[in-house]
Order: sequence, then structure tokens, then C-alpha cells
Amino acid sequence: MHLNGIAHVYGDDIDTDRIIPGKYTKTLNLNDLANHVLEDLDPDFRSRLTAGDILVGGSNFGCGSSREQAPLALKAAGVSVVIAKSFARIFYRNAINIGLPLIEIPHHKIKNQDEISVDLESGRVINVTANNEYFGTKMPEVMIHILNAGGLASYLKTNKNYSI
Amino acid sequence: MGQTIAEKIISEHSGKSVLAGELTIVTVDGVMASDTTAPLAIKAFEDMGGERVWDPSKVTFVIDHASPAPNEKIANLHKIMREFAYEKGIRLYDVGEGICHQLMIEKGHVKPGNLILGADSHTCTYGALGAFSTGVGSTDLAGVMLTGKTWMKVPESIKIELTGNIKHGVSAKDLILFLVGKLGIAGANYKSIEFCGEGIAPLSLDSRMTIANMAIEMGAKAGLVSTYGLKLDYSFEHLEPDHDASYEKVFQFDVSQLEPQVSIPHSPDDVRNISEVEGVPVQQAFLGSCTNGRLEDLQEAAKFLKGKTIHPRVRMLIAPASKEVYLKALRDGTVETLTLAGASFLTSGCGPCVGTHLGVPGNEENIISSSNRNFRGRMGNRHSNIYLASPAVVAYSALQGKIADPRYAMEVEPECI
Repeated sequence: MHLNGIAHVYGDDIDTDRIIPGKYTKTLNLNDLANHVLEDLDPDFRSRLTAGDILVGGSNFGCGSSREQAPLALKAAGVSVVIAKSFARIFYRNAINIGLPLIEIPHHKIKNQDEISVDLESGRVINVTANNEYFGTKMPEVMIHILNAGGLASYLKTNKNYSI
Repeated sequence: MGQTIAEKIISEHSGKSVLAGELTIVTVDGVMASDTTAPLAIKAFEDMGGERVWDPSKVTFVIDHASPAPNEKIANLHKIMREFAYEKGIRLYDVGEGICHQLMIEKGHVKPGNLILGADSHTCTYGALGAFSTGVGSTDLAGVMLTGKTWMKVPESIKIELTGNIKHGVSAKDLILFLVGKLGIAGANYKSIEFCGEGIAPLSLDSRMTIANMAIEMGAKAGLVSTYGLKLDYSFEHLEPDHDASYEKVFQFDVSQLEPQVSIPHSPDDVRNISEVEGVPVQQAFLGSCTNGRLEDLQEAAKFLKGKTIHPRVRMLIAPASKEVYLKALRDGTVETLTLAGASFLTSGCGPCVGTHLGVPGNEENIISSSNRNFRGRMGNRHSNIYLASPAVVAYSALQGKIADPRYAMEVEPECI
């Protein structure tokens, strides 16, 4: 699956409180989440985001709470994939479970507004603007199966159990 | 090849011997979700086609994050939890019972050597009992509610050995803040931490919970405190690593000279000696949370506030970690001491820690808090500043109206201790 979008780049240690503040997490309406995504980090993010855009972080993206509302908010707002130098553990798992693709590139120099092309199967990321490419860290097989199934709910609905 | 404690517990729950780096499927001993995570977990459970919960006796729901409900929207999410719990026959601790992690241990839902998953990042708290416990999201939790199992990568382990004994006025919170500062917010990402050494052995269960609780503030998957010296009202088997177990890193810290520690805004790993931040004015003091809302924490604060009045420009909010903590503090006079000093008691639960309701600070206000996170906006206002510290520092700072070293009170007024 190929994804193309404009990069929105932020720094290291973007925590879940900044992805979606705790006060907005108490809802099952995904639009409520999308309306406040990254609000405490960058109040203009939502107005600049076009569906399909790519969020790019530094190291330890998604640290903090176990709140699944963080990847859900990004997905509902239209983020197609998150690229980071590294991800916090719970966020990484949550994103795959809800069907938001992630790619870990330990050393990237992607800049704000760069045009990025991603091939999810191979983990190949092309920075069209800077004319260079990266290969993301391969995720465990079980995660690839879950992501390909569209998330853990549909994976378990079909498979009834885990297999690795 | 020898195993770490994490490898032993995960092997025990995998039906085979596993080592760090391996993927395995584990059977879990229990799961927990709060009102932040349970409603989504219920939705995911239904999306999975779930009808019956795998084992209702092993599932616990707790309404603690926005409790009692501050508005209609949250009230209806609580209602979803109550109805699901009733229909499926699972245990639900309702408004005012306490914080999920406190209740899981206090009510005996966790035992040493267990493997527990919770839809809250501070589920790592149960490492205080020598249980492998870790935080997951709502959908992962729903998967366990359906199957009783999940997949897991066996983590590498980091050993942290504390030598020496801490001095008076320094507590478990200072130890863990010091360690978070040393390792950094991602210093143990994906890893299991084993805390051991003579600095741990004398600590109470309450103090051990404070240490295990903040393992996640270093990114750790689990934080296991050596059970040596731990007193429980039942007998249990001490789990120890094999002598040839493999650790990714081993740290040794002498804590005998440690002074009280403070995390400054806006990250738990931006930690300073209190001497570097003394004098910062504070407008709100919060004593509570799953890190430090237990009986010994309230009693510690009462030592500093007995017969005193908190500073007129500070409001002090206290949320006991559970109803049981509150009752004990009520019976021994702690609640009266703190109330007479000017503190306000809130419903047992997470209180202001998560910024959902209760005690939201104003713009440019400084808060001294016994909780675990000071990310920007954490308490509901991105324009405020949260400082993290021990209950002693919180109480003494509330008295002084500024961040203040509690050891000073001990030197000049020994009778208050």
C-alpha cells in the first residue's frame, strides 16, 4: 500500500497528553478527539492538516499514558501514517491495534512540509522533496498481520485467537 | 542460560521457557480498566464479536479518573461501564472506592509472581509485589477480555541496585524521581527494570508501590521491586533472578547522601535537587494519585502540618488513594490534622492528576504535586506549571507558599516530626 502526503514534523518525547489532553479523552465520538488533536503542542495543527498527511516525530513518540485515544485522534484527524525515530511501547502497540500505520526510522532528517511517499509493505520511505530514501525498522510478524487485518478487533473477530 | 525475574514470570505464563527478545503468547492472571479506557475496550470487545468475558472473576473495572462524573457525557460513559459489568458479571469499583492500582493491590487482586495487564500506563505499580504487570491500550485489553491471552515480546532487563539508606526527610518518591532523572524518560523503553539492593529492603509496601509506579516514566514495560524485606499478610515465594541471568544494563547508585528531588516543568525526567528550586512560589499543592496518595503519604504530610495553617495564598487538595486509606486516616486523626491546617479532601480517586475535573490550575500558576507526570497541560491547563515531589515536600511547600526543603523543618522544629 502506497501513501503520499506532506510531513508535519515535531521533536522528541511527544507525550500522549500533548497528542490528546486528558480532558478530551472521555468520549466515544472520534470527531471529538480529532478536534483537539495535538492542541497543546501546536494549536494550528488541525487547521493545517490535510487528510492523508504524514506526522513525523523524533525519538520516544507517544510516551506517557496508555490512552488509545491518542492514535485514534491522529487517525480520525486524517493522519495516514506516523514516522518517528522511535516510539513509546504502548503507543506503538495501540496504533497498530487500531489500524494506524507506524514506521520507525532511527535516523531521519525529514523537514516540515517535505513531500513524503511511503510503501507500507517494504517500509520504504521516499523524501520526494529532498530526493532521498529510508527503510524503516521491520515490525514483528504478528503486528503486520494485525495491521493487514485492519486492526486487532477485526483480526480477533476472524482468527478468534492470537498466533505467532 | 539463566533468567531474569521478568523472563521467569513470562515463562511461567507461556507454558515454555523464554528469554528476552522472543515473542510469546501469555495467559494472564487478571486485567483492569478504568473509566478512561474501559468504554473504548467495551466497544472493541463488541467489534471483536465478543459476547462472554473469558473469566469474569479476573476482570476488574474501576471508575476513578473522572469520579464522580463532572458532566453528562462522562456520566453516560460510566453508565456503559456499569451496565457491561453487570451483564457480564465482572467486578466494578464505583465512585469513591479509590484508584484502580491501589484497589488491585489492596483488595488482593494481585499476588507476587502474577502476570497482570491493565489499560492504564501505571499498571506497572504491581511490580511492588513482585508481579509482572504492564499497561496496554483499550483494544489490547478487549482482546484479553475475549481470549484470556495476549502476545508479548519478552523484554530485556535493566538491574538497578540501590546501596546505602536514605536519610530522614528523603523518601521512596525522591529515590524514584532521582532514578527517572538519571535514566531519562525513554531510558528503559521496552525494558523491564529490577529494583534491588539494601536501599529497597527496609521500604514499606506503600513506598515500593511509589517506586514501581514510576517505572513507566522511564518508558519501562514493567518495574519489579525485589520482594526481600516485603511484608504481606500471607506467605509467598520470593522470585529472584538466576545468578547468570543476562541484563542489558546494570546500575548501582549510593542513595545515602540523596537530598529531596523535584521534577520541574514539563517532563518527569527534568529532575533537580531541591536546593536548586527552593523558593519557587506555589499556588496549589496536590497530595494524592496512584504514586503518593496512600496512608503513609497522608501521615507524612500531617507531620508537617500538625497545628499549623497552610500559606494563605496556597490551596491544598488531598485525594486519598482509596476509601480504605481515607477511613484509616480518619480514624487515626490524620484527616482532622490536615483539614484543620486548611487542606480540602476530595473523593478517593485520581483527583486533579489527569486534568479531567477537580483542581484545574489557572494560567501561570505553579503546582507542587505528589503525582507522577508534569507534561504540559497534564492537569487541564497548558499554561500552568507542575512540579513533582514527595509528600513531605508537598506539605512543607504548602505551609511556606513556595517550594521548600522539609529537612529544614526537622532541623529547627524537631517536635513536629
